[in-house]
Amino acid sequence: MTSHFNDVANSDCIMAIGTNCAENHPAAFHHIMKAKGRGAKLINVDPRYTRTTAVADLYVPLRSGTDITFIGGMIKYVIDDIEKNPDNYNLIYVTEYTNATFLVNPDYKGPAELDGVFSGWDATKKSYNKATWTYQLDENGIPRRDKTLKDPNCVFQLLKKQFARYDVDRVNKITGTPKDLFLEVCKLFSATGKPGKAGNLLYAMGATQHTYGAQNIRAYAVLQLLLGNMGIAGGGIQALRGEHNVQGSTDMALLAHILPGYLPVFSNTDKTLQDYLNRVTPKWADTRSLNWWSNTPKYIVSLLKAWYGDAATKDNDFGFNYLPKVTGNANSKHSHIALFEAMYQGIIKGFLCIGQNPAVGGPNSVLERDALHKLDWLVCVDLWETETASFWKRPGVNPADVKTEVFVLPAACHYEKEGTVTNSGRWVQWRYKGANSPGDAKPDLDIIYELGLKVKEVYQAGGPNADAITNLTWDYGHPPTADAVLREINGYDLTTGKLVNNFTALKDDGTTSCGEWVYSGCYNETGNFTQRRELDDGPYNIGLFSKWAWCWPLNRRIVYNRASVDLNGEPWDKEHPVIWWKEGKWTGDVPDGGAKPMAEGGSYAFIMCPDGHAHIFGGNVAPRTAGLADGPFPEHYEPWESPVQNMMSGTQTNPALLAGASAAEQKGTADKYPYVATTYRVVEHWQSGAMTRHLPWLCELMPEMFIEISEELANELGIKNVDKVIVESARGNIEAKALVTKRFKPFQIDGKVVHEIGMPWHWGYAGIAKGDSANVLTPHVGDANTMIPEYKAFLVNLRKA
Amino acid sequence: MADKAILYDSSKCTACRGCQVACKQWWGLEADKTEFWGTYENPRDLSADTWVKIRFNEISNGNGGVDWIFTRQSCMHCTDAACVRVCPTKALYYYPLGFVAYDKDLCSGCGYCVEFCPFDVPRAKGNDITGIRKIDKCRFCIDRITNDLEPSCVKTCPTDALIFGDRDELVAIGKQRVQELKATYPDAYLYGEKELGGLHVMYVLTQSPEVHGLPVDPQVPATAIAWQDVIQPLGYAAIGLVVAGLGLNYLVARANANKEAEVKAKVKAKE
Repeated sequence: MTSHFNDVANSDCIMAIGTNCAENHPAAFHHIMKAKGRGAKLINVDPRYTRTTAVADLYVPLRSGTDITFIGGMIKYVIDDIEKNPDNYNLIYVTEYTNATFLVNPDYKGPAELDGVFSGWDATKKSYNKATWTYQLDENGIPRRDKTLKDPNCVFQLLKKQFARYDVDRVNKITGTPKDLFLEVCKLFSATGKPGKAGNLLYAMGATQHTYGAQNIRAYAVLQLLLGNMGIAGGGIQALRGEHNVQGSTDMALLAHILPGYLPVFSNTDKTLQDYLNRVTPKWADTRSLNWWSNTPKYIVSLLKAWYGDAATKDNDFGFNYLPKVTGNANSKHSHIALFEAMYQGIIKGFLCIGQNPAVGGPNSVLERDALHKLDWLVCVDLWETETASFWKRPGVNPADVKTEVFVLPAACHYEKEGTVTNSGRWVQWRYKGANSPGDAKPDLDIIYELGLKVKEVYQAGGPNADAITNLTWDYGHPPTADAVLREINGYDLTTGKLVNNFTALKDDGTTSCGEWVYSGCYNETGNFTQRRELDDGPYNIGLFSKWAWCWPLNRRIVYNRASVDLNGEPWDKEHPVIWWKEGKWTGDVPDGGAKPMAEGGSYAFIMCPDGHAHIFGGNVAPRTAGLADGPFPEHYEPWESPVQNMMSGTQTNPALLAGASAAEQKGTADKYPYVATTYRVVEHWQSGAMTRHLPWLCELMPEMFIEISEELANELGIKNVDKVIVESARGNIEAKALVTKRFKPFQIDGKVVHEIGMPWHWGYAGIAKGDSANVLTPHVGDANTMIPEYKAFLVNLRKA
Repeated sequence: MADKAILYDSSKCTACRGCQVACKQWWGLEADKTEFWGTYENPRDLSADTWVKIRFNEISNGNGGVDWIFTRQSCMHCTDAACVRVCPTKALYYYPLGFVAYDKDLCSGCGYCVEFCPFDVPRAKGNDITGIRKIDKCRFCIDRITNDLEPSCVKTCPTDALIFGDRDELVAIGKQRVQELKATYPDAYLYGEKELGGLHVMYVLTQSPEVHGLPVDPQVPATAIAWQDVIQPLGYAAIGLVVAGLGLNYLVARANANKEAEVKAKVKAKE
């Protein structure tokens, strides 16, 4: 989240799109209800009427996979309205804080001119050459700008050109959203563009689990920047994370393409640390931009020092060669889908599966379960024997035929161990142990630490790249403590042995260590701030609670808050100030980059962008800020499997999407699979059901898998409520009971009826409540940037069993 | 001491069923065996182990759309409670804070409360081994509220659809909420303000009571009133008469027996 949960109560208008937060974030929903209690309107955009919709002020149906068209239509509406009624918007915000005024390379062309692709598309490489996605720079290397927003090459005009095709008629044709309803949303939400009003945008997997998921989020960013909603109280873009510590796991980079602190992984084109630093460290000529990523050398060297201690020195490039180097695109090779394809091909022999249940949660369950058969060994660390841990004895499999050696290490649950969890709002909260674990169950920390010690021991005898293992400091105590780990994460001044104050103390010369620079400051010589529980709300009563635990970065609760003030440092909204420049200093929240207000010569507002301005145009600006894999602007594409021709351009699907090697052989078309399907969750169960389907009280609430079908489609197919049905895709088929409902309605897509059905994905063959898994149906394709699977829109057929 | 009450606002309820689980967790109740029967609603009915549940109802609204109506189903803790009237053992009784308390040890398993409750709430369960049958229902978390805690369901509710406090304050809150809702829901109604002398669990409804599946103007059944106010007293009176009659019979019979013995003795003496 760019803000945090409590801040949602400050919103005037909340759009929940790609999220069913009443069900999947029930505790957080409390704050949305508080906002409603203060008169805020809740708009809920979803293909299906959910329990969130039940308390929403406006329900807006849209066909799964058409969010960019929907938001793009809103962007067009706002652009047109900015030109008609500029006083209703914050044009100082737009011209001073975003790159709307920047002039772009005249050779850049967008999908409006190139029929769905951007300039630089290389069809053989299936990627973009981003050479044209650049700014026009003056002789000093500073971007040329037009503050009147009229130059045809300025970002604002290019944005207008990009979304000119997203008129109300086309929005209706593609999304199926009724025109008057769409216009009502535009009016309601664009009203938050006025200074003093705050519009909030909440999203979750409904936005990200598409082959253009990252661009869905980019669309939100563009809209919120035009409306001046980033950085203000009650504003922002809120990613509602799906597990209580997945934000923590993201920050610690349990991902293929980054190292802790969002540092890029090393590439095999980097021969030295300096090569890497040259490749990923942005430089910027305009010194008014803080260009915070220019500090990258300090963070990567401090990270290497944390991991390798004295074995990382200037002489060995700080252990640069200890870390693996990625060939090409990390996510296309090493993220979930790619890993399981490699497993299926027999390339990966061993699998350490910690707190996850891919046999139910991963796409294309049949392939992924079969892939497990190819392993020599599998270790599952979990609380129960999950579907993954028991794949070898699942229905239809003879255990005697399975050669994989399977280990199950029982794990402690979250109340049986201490340490921090990081929530969606970036709050890092320490938790204490509340109970002892049953039997031999141990905390993950103990399991991984002991495993690491054993691996280190084995590698003493040699092996490939052995010193990368044996030289790890890997010393968190005996037994290990989360305290020791958190201290390492904060970082040390290695010359004194004391904890650094925060990341501003980190150096690139090997004298500091830091396990995750973004967390630095959470636990310094003053104390462990993540343990604080003070209820002081601060001077402006906006629910900041700055002394409750600690949040990153630097305990800044609302990120981008420099945009919440005008050029003089006065809040746009004096009733809900986030920061306020008074008597030569900032009051309120921790300011984003402590510089003076811009009117006094201070730095630009968006410190993490090399140019200091928020990117409406997500261009190729500097190292590590080269734009997304699929374009500098979001563009509508149809899902990989769709019953509909793309009506926005001649490019049917995202040309840059990432597909597993097997995907093409298992692609369904509308003649055999005419219905759109989507998957989702219910509040009663959680993720793959590994925990909840072992708990009787929850199984009582939701005992069985079901398929939600509109009354219209059910009538067409002769299906009655509770009838057993078979749902089939090009990947496989499942059987479950039908829930015939008014809450799904057929979509009118350009005069054609398109039916959509949906189902929860919690079920599997283990546990008390068993059932078929929805992911048997989903495809092995994913987002162009992250390769997150397209769980949310694919094609199926449906019939009575 | 002021009566306490719970206010359930169905317009704020998201049917998360945290209340259902919190109740079971606090009271250590078993999970009922359930199956999918065409709706999210489960268990299908209240039971001796399910004291609160949420009902789900999809209705078409005027605009071609749908409303998903959620309604709590649990003991309403009536001021004039049919179950208290008919309970022969006083296992069900009025607690000074106004709600209907329950002492399971006193329950004789007669089932009268099950039969007479206008909301069809109490449920019986027999023990397979002892054969002893007892009822159960929401206890208003008597052990929590007498220790300055909220009922378990109220504490868990994330949207403040459930709140707890002094009954007259909740009546005022409920009435104001109904006023706010009338713009969007013209049938909005505060259920339980006056029904059965006033319920200690009141509902803010968005639709009429019928749409929510609630009895309109619920009454204590005439037979229950007859039972408590007429038949039971008559019964006791009849028992009294029988005892008196037996007593009288004993005295008369004894007197007759003594007379007989006297006569026999006189006859024997003459021989």
